[in-house]
Amino acid sequence: MSDFEVLKDKACMLKIGKSDYQALRDHGEETYPHECCGVLLGRTEGEDRAVTSIVRCGNTRTDSPQNRYHIDPRELIAIERQGRERGDDIVGFYHSHPDHPARWSPTDLAEAHWIGCSYVITSVQNGVAQTTNSFVLVGKDETEKRLEDEKITVISEVAGKIAEPKRSA
Amino acid sequence: MKINIPTPLRPYAEKKDTVDVQAKTVGDALTGLTAKHPELRRHLYTDEGKLRAFVNVYLNDEDVRYLQQESTPVGEGDTISIVPSIAGGKFSS
Repeated sequence: MSDFEVLKDKACMLKIGKSDYQALRDHGEETYPHECCGVLLGRTEGEDRAVTSIVRCGNTRTDSPQNRYHIDPRELIAIERQGRERGDDIVGFYHSHPDHPARWSPTDLAEAHWIGCSYVITSVQNGVAQTTNSFVLVGKDETEKRLEDEKITVISEVAGKIAEPKRSA
Repeated sequence: MKINIPTPLRPYAEKKDTVDVQAKTVGDALTGLTAKHPELRRHLYTDEGKLRAFVNVYLNDEDVRYLQQESTPVGEGDTISIVPSIAGGKFSS
């Protein structure tokens, strides 16, 4: 097996229902030109994460909401409690980049601390959601953490089948 | 009392989502936690032994930084939550 195949085998995936995927993109349009943010609840399946629900959060960075986001830890504690009651964990987070690509910024990496979780970013151009990408935070600790691309697989709840995201790059 | 372990730190706490400790203060509780699970120490504390800036510690729903920090007294029915911060944004300096 070549190195490429080994890497390909290890690529991570985020599975998310179509309505949750749509809802996190809609959230970015609603808060435009400000960044939106929220939490992904679900389960870890090996190297992958499966989202069972998303929870919208307020952006506490009222000083600079057009290019920064921060979730109140108290909101996070409540969400974690809510997930725990259903057997779900926090598996990731989402936010938007108004008029900016759906790629992580140096700020996104510096302020990402949940190793093993997904960070979903939606680019919102002129108020319309464009590309949505996901990155998984990997590494042993803070000194060697990095965000790696991961595939988003959108599940159609009606058919129970996998549907490719329409506007995702 | 109970300490809630966030998803990214569970691999260093035998995959547990909560750990029970006997403690009189928040500091005691965290010492008890890292004594049980020593690998957690470097994720929670700097080399100088200070709690990392991005690690929020909440006693029930209160940030201990606004209580008596690590000297905050705790009771048997209390819960401590360790919450690494969630932040970022497109901003680049």
